[in-house]
Amino acid sequence: MGGSILGNRVLRKEDPKFLTTGGVYVDDLLDEPALNGALHVTYARSSVAHGLITGIDYSDALLMPGVVAIFSGADLGLQPQPSAYNPMATRTLLAMDKVRYVGEPVVAIVTETREQGEDAAEAVIIDYDVLEAHVDLEKAMASTNLLFDACGSNVVFDSMVLGLPDNTGDAYFEGCEVVVKGRYINQRVAPCPLEVRGAAASWGTDGRLTQWLSTQHAQGAVAPIAAANGVDAAQIHVKTPDVGGGFGAKIGAYPEELLLGVIAKKVGKSVRWRETRSESMVGLGHGRAQLQYVTIGGTRQGKVTHYQLWAIQDSGAWVDMGTILAPFMTRPMSSGVYDIPNIECRTTSVVTNTTPTVAYRGAGRPEATAAIERAMDMFAAEIGMDAAEVRRINLIPKFLTPHTTVVGQTYDVGDYETSLDKALVAADYKGWREKQKARRASGDPKQIGIGVSVYVEITGGVGNGESAKVEIQDNGHALVYTGTSPHGQGHATSWAMLASEQTGIPIEDIELVWGDTDLVPIGTGTMGSRSLQQGGNAVFAVAAELVNKAKSVAARLLEASEEDIVLDKDAASFHVAGTPAVSKSWADLAVAEKAAGGLVHSDVIGVAGATFPFGAHVAIVEVDIETGKVRHIDHTACDDAGTVLNPMLLEGQIHGGVAQGAAQALMEEVRYDDDANPITSNLADYAFISAAELPSVRVVHMETPTPINLIGAKGIGESGTIGSTPALQSAVIDALAHLNVRHIDMPTTAEKVWAAVQSAR
Amino acid sequence: MKVTITVNGKTHESEVEPRTLLVQYVRDTLGLTGTNIGCDTSSCGACSLHLNGESVKSCTLLAAQADGGTVTTIEGLANGDVMHPMQKAFMDNHGLQCGFCTPGMVMAAIGLLNENPNPTEEQVRIGLEGNLCRCTGYHNNVKSVLACANEK
Amino acid sequence: MIPAPFDYKRASSAAEAISLIGEYGDESKFLAGGHSLLPLMKLRLAQPSMLIDIGRIQDLSYIRDAGDHIAIGALTRHMDVEKSPVLAEHAPLLAHAAGHVGDPQVRHRGTIGGSIAHADSASDLPATTLALGATYVAQGPNGTREIAAADFYKGFLESALAPDEMLTEIRVPKMNGASWGFQKFNRRAQDWAIVGVAAWKRGTESGVALVNMGSVPVLATSVATAIAGGASIADAAQLAAAEAEPQSDLNASAEYRVHLAQVLVRRALESNNA
Repeated sequence: MGGSILGNRVLRKEDPKFLTTGGVYVDDLLDEPALNGALHVTYARSSVAHGLITGIDYSDALLMPGVVAIFSGADLGLQPQPSAYNPMATRTLLAMDKVRYVGEPVVAIVTETREQGEDAAEAVIIDYDVLEAHVDLEKAMASTNLLFDACGSNVVFDSMVLGLPDNTGDAYFEGCEVVVKGRYINQRVAPCPLEVRGAAASWGTDGRLTQWLSTQHAQGAVAPIAAANGVDAAQIHVKTPDVGGGFGAKIGAYPEELLLGVIAKKVGKSVRWRETRSESMVGLGHGRAQLQYVTIGGTRQGKVTHYQLWAIQDSGAWVDMGTILAPFMTRPMSSGVYDIPNIECRTTSVVTNTTPTVAYRGAGRPEATAAIERAMDMFAAEIGMDAAEVRRINLIPKFLTPHTTVVGQTYDVGDYETSLDKALVAADYKGWREKQKARRASGDPKQIGIGVSVYVEITGGVGNGESAKVEIQDNGHALVYTGTSPHGQGHATSWAMLASEQTGIPIEDIELVWGDTDLVPIGTGTMGSRSLQQGGNAVFAVAAELVNKAKSVAARLLEASEEDIVLDKDAASFHVAGTPAVSKSWADLAVAEKAAGGLVHSDVIGVAGATFPFGAHVAIVEVDIETGKVRHIDHTACDDAGTVLNPMLLEGQIHGGVAQGAAQALMEEVRYDDDANPITSNLADYAFISAAELPSVRVVHMETPTPINLIGAKGIGESGTIGSTPALQSAVIDALAHLNVRHIDMPTTAEKVWAAVQSAR
Repeated sequence: MKVTITVNGKTHESEVEPRTLLVQYVRDTLGLTGTNIGCDTSSCGACSLHLNGESVKSCTLLAAQADGGTVTTIEGLANGDVMHPMQKAFMDNHGLQCGFCTPGMVMAAIGLLNENPNPTEEQVRIGLEGNLCRCTGYHNNVKSVLACANEK
Repeated sequence: MIPAPFDYKRASSAAEAISLIGEYGDESKFLAGGHSLLPLMKLRLAQPSMLIDIGRIQDLSYIRDAGDHIAIGALTRHMDVEKSPVLAEHAPLLAHAAGHVGDPQVRHRGTIGGSIAHADSASDLPATTLALGATYVAQGPNGTREIAAADFYKGFLESALAPDEMLTEIRVPKMNGASWGFQKFNRRAQDWAIVGVAAWKRGTESGVALVNMGSVPVLATSVATAIAGGASIADAAQLAAAEAEPQSDLNASAEYRVHLAQVLVRRALESNNA
C-alpha cells in the first residue's frame, strides 16, 4: 500500500521536453499550419515621452524591401478606449494625436520577414510638438500639464474616492512618546520575464480569430481581443503556448497584441509579432513605483500605537492595473503582521510619462511590507532596541480563527512569532550579531549587516474559485483541464499529483490541458499566487466527484451497490469491497461510458476567500564601507504557505522570489532622465541580477494550513519577494548603523551606500 | 552567401544574408527552436550553444563566422531517450521553471564543467554570470551544476 | 534585433585584410571576434556597409616569449590570454584581467586585438596593457609600425590606427618580480567596470591605469611619480584621478568615480599578487 503522493518531492513531468528540445514558446510555432506564411508585424514607437503628433510619414518605409503594409491609428480607424479603472482616461491602441511615453506604439509595419520590419521601422518619420514630460510624481500631481485632459488632474485614482478618509497628519501622533518619519521610494522595476511578449493571429475560414498569446490568462484576453476586433467573444479563440515567465506583467493583453487580429484582417494573412528586449523594457508593464510617506509612533518600551502611510502610486502613462494596486493591495496590508491599534492609510495614483505600471510579483503587498518593515526598523533604531525584538513586541499573537486588523482586513490564520523564531534560529541570528560586533571592533572596511523582516501577504485574492474538468480516456489515462495558466510553476506535475491522489491514476498517465479558451472556456489564470489554492483545489474536488461518478458506473458493471464499490488507488481500479479479484479499471469504465458522453466531470469550485501566507526572512550582507559595495552573503527564508503539495516546487518558488526581492533591494531600478527618456532599456543597462550576486537560500519549512480550501494551501509564488526585499534593505542599513545611517532608499547601490556613509559622518 | 555548418552532427549547406546571426540561422533556417533569444545586448545567455566545443552567445556571432564549424544545441545533447548528465541534473534538482533560459543555461553549464570539472559553488555562480534566469533565483541552477560535477 | 544589411568579405591574411579595407574604405570595418562591434551593430549604433572578417587569420593567434617581452597575436582570444602559461609566468596581471572580460561565452570569442582596437575606455584590456607599458604593432599598406599604448588612445572609441591599418600584435614587457593588482568595480559580474584599476609595482617602479575614468583609458602617471618619489601607497593613491576626466552616467557620478579610483588604486597596489 503506497502512501499519499501529496507532500512529496515529485520531479516535474514537463521537464524532459524543456531540457531536450526546449519549450514551444509563441515564437517557436513553426509547425502551426495556420501560421504558415504569416507576415511579421513591427511597431514604430514614440521616441519622445510627451508630445503632440504633428505628422506621420511612412512613404519611404513603404518602399523598403518586403514591406506589405503600414498602418497608423487613423488608417485602422482606431477609437479612444476608456481605462477600466478610470473611464475619464482614454487612449487609442496606437497613439494618434498624443504620445505619453517613450516606447508607446504609433505605427504598425507589416513585412514578409521580421528583419525587414526592423529595417522599415527606422524609415518611419513621426513628428512631434514636444510637451513637458513628467517623471516626478509629486510634480505631476501638482501640475496643470496633464497627460489626460479629461481627468482634470494627473491624479487618476485616490483611496478617498472609495469613501475612505484622508490622513490627518501630525496631529494623529499627539501623545506618542516616540514619533519617526520617513519618505521611502519603492522604486520602479522591470519584471523581465526571460521570454519577452509575443503573439500571432490568424482568421479561420469560419470567421473566427485564433490568437496565440504569451499570457498568464488566456480567458481574460478574449473580451479585449473581441472588442479590438469588433466581433463577438465567441469568435475568439486564444491559445497559450509555453510561456517563458510572466511575473504579473503578462496578465493583461497589450495594445500590440490586441491589434494583431485587426492587422491580419487588413492584410488578409496571418501575422506574427515578437518584440525585442529593448522594446520589452519600455513596452511590457513595470512594477512597484511607489513613493511612501510614513510616520510611526509608540512608546519607548517598543509598543507601536500609531502608523500612518500615504502611498503615492506611479501609474505611468496609462491607467492600468498598477493604478489600483495601492488602494486594493497595499492599503489592506498596511498593518502587516503587527497589532497596531491606530492606522491611517491613504493612497493616491498619479500618471507620469513613463511606461504604464502593472502587477509585478507581489503587486502592492511588497510595497506595504517594505513600508511597515522599514518603519519598524527606524522605530527600533530611535528607541535603541533590537530590530527582531521590536517586532516580537508588536506581532499579532498566534490565531487560528480569523483576525481582523484595524484597517479592516481579515487574515485567515497566523503564527508570526513562530516563523520569526524559526528564521532567527536557522539563520544563527545571535551568531551573526556576534560576528557583526567583532567586525565593527576590528575596523575592517567590510562590515556585516543583518536584516530581519516579518510579513503577511494576501494570496488567492483574485477570483473566487476555478474551473476544472477531469476526463478519462479509453486507455485509462486522464486529461485534466484547468483554468490556471502555468508559466514555470509546474502545474502539469502538481495538478497531476492532485488528480492522482483521488483517482489512483499514475501521474505519468495524466496530462494537463490549459490556456486554450475553446478547451477551457472558464478560467481566471495564474496570478496573485492563486493557482494551487483555487485551480489545484478545483482539480482535487472535481477528481473526487469523478471518482464518485466512476463508482456508480462500476456498480452497474459489477452488478453491485454503489456504496460497496471501493477504489483501489494502488491498482487504479474499482472492485466490490472484499472481492478485489474482480475489478474494473478506469479504462473499462471510460469505454463503458463512451456512449453516455464519456467518463468526465467538470465544475467550478469556489473558495471561501483569500489566504494570508506569512513568514520571516533574515538577510546577511557584507558592506564595503569604503566603496559602498554590498554583497548578499546569506539568506534564510521561513515561509508558511499552509499545506505543502510538493516541497521541491515550493522551494523553487521561494528561491526565485528571494532573488527578485534581493534584486529590488540591491540593484535593479528602471530609470529615466529628466525628460522621461528611459536609460535602462536593455539588459546591459538594467541590472537584472545574476547568479554571481546571490547566495544560496536556506529554506525553513513551516505549515499552518488554512481552512479556506480543501487542500489547506496558501499561495507561495510571491512570498519570497515580499519577505526578502525589506530584509535585504534593512541589512544594508544595519551594516552602517554604527555610523548613524538610518535609511537608504532602494536599490541600495554602491554609490548610494557610499553617499549615505559620507553624509552620516 | 553560402555557409556550411555541422549542427548536432548533421552538415547543412545554407544560403544566408551576411547579417544573419548564428541564433537566427539555428532557429529560422534549421528550425531548431530550443535555442532562445532573450535580449539584444549579449547579456542574458539564453542563446548559448556550443561552437567547436565551446559555449558562445549565438546572438553575437554571424552565421558566417561559424561557417565550417561544428555547433551543438540543446537538441543535440541527449542520446535518444537518455539525457545528457547535465540535463538529468537539472531535472533532478528542479533547475528550471519556465524553461526559457534553460537551453542556454544547460549549454553554459556543460561548458563550465568542461573547463573546470570540480568547481566550487562560487566558481559555478561566477561561471554562470552570463546566463540570466528570472525564475529559479539560480539556487537550483547552481545545485544542478554541482550535482552534475559530483556525479562524474 | 539584427544589424542593418552589410556586405561581408573574409580575409585569410593581414595583407589581404588591409588591401580589402583600402578597397572598401570608410564604410568598412574589421570584424575579429565581433564582441565589441556586433552589439553596436545590432542596436544600429554602428552601420558599416562592409565587414571584413579577420577572425580566421590563423597566424595572428599566438602568445610567445620574445625575450624582454611577450608577443601576443591580435586575434588571440580572451580565454587564451587568461589561460596562457606564458602570461601566467611573465605578465600575470594581463592574464588575470582577461579573465574578467565579459563572461565565459564572451571570452571564448572576443579577442585582445579587437578589444584594444575598439579603444573603449570601459574595457579591461586597453587599460591593463596601458598599465603594463605595452606596445601595439599596426600593419598598413606600407608595412608595420609600433605604437606605444600611451600614444594609442585618442578619444572616445578612437585610436591612433589609420583607417587602413590593422592591429596585429600586442607586446607586453615582462613584469617578473613585480607585485600586481587588478580591481574591477561593477554592479554585476558580467558588467563593464564602473571603475577598474590595473596596477603593478616593483620597488619604487610602478604602472597604474584606470578603466572607465574618462573617454580614454587613463595612465595614472601621478601615482607612479609619487611612488617613485618615495610616497606611501596610500598617499600616492590619493592622486589616482589626477589625469582622469571621469563622466557621470547611469552607474556613477564623476565624484564617486574619483573616490573609487583612489580606493581601488590603493587596493590594487597593496595586492600581494606576484
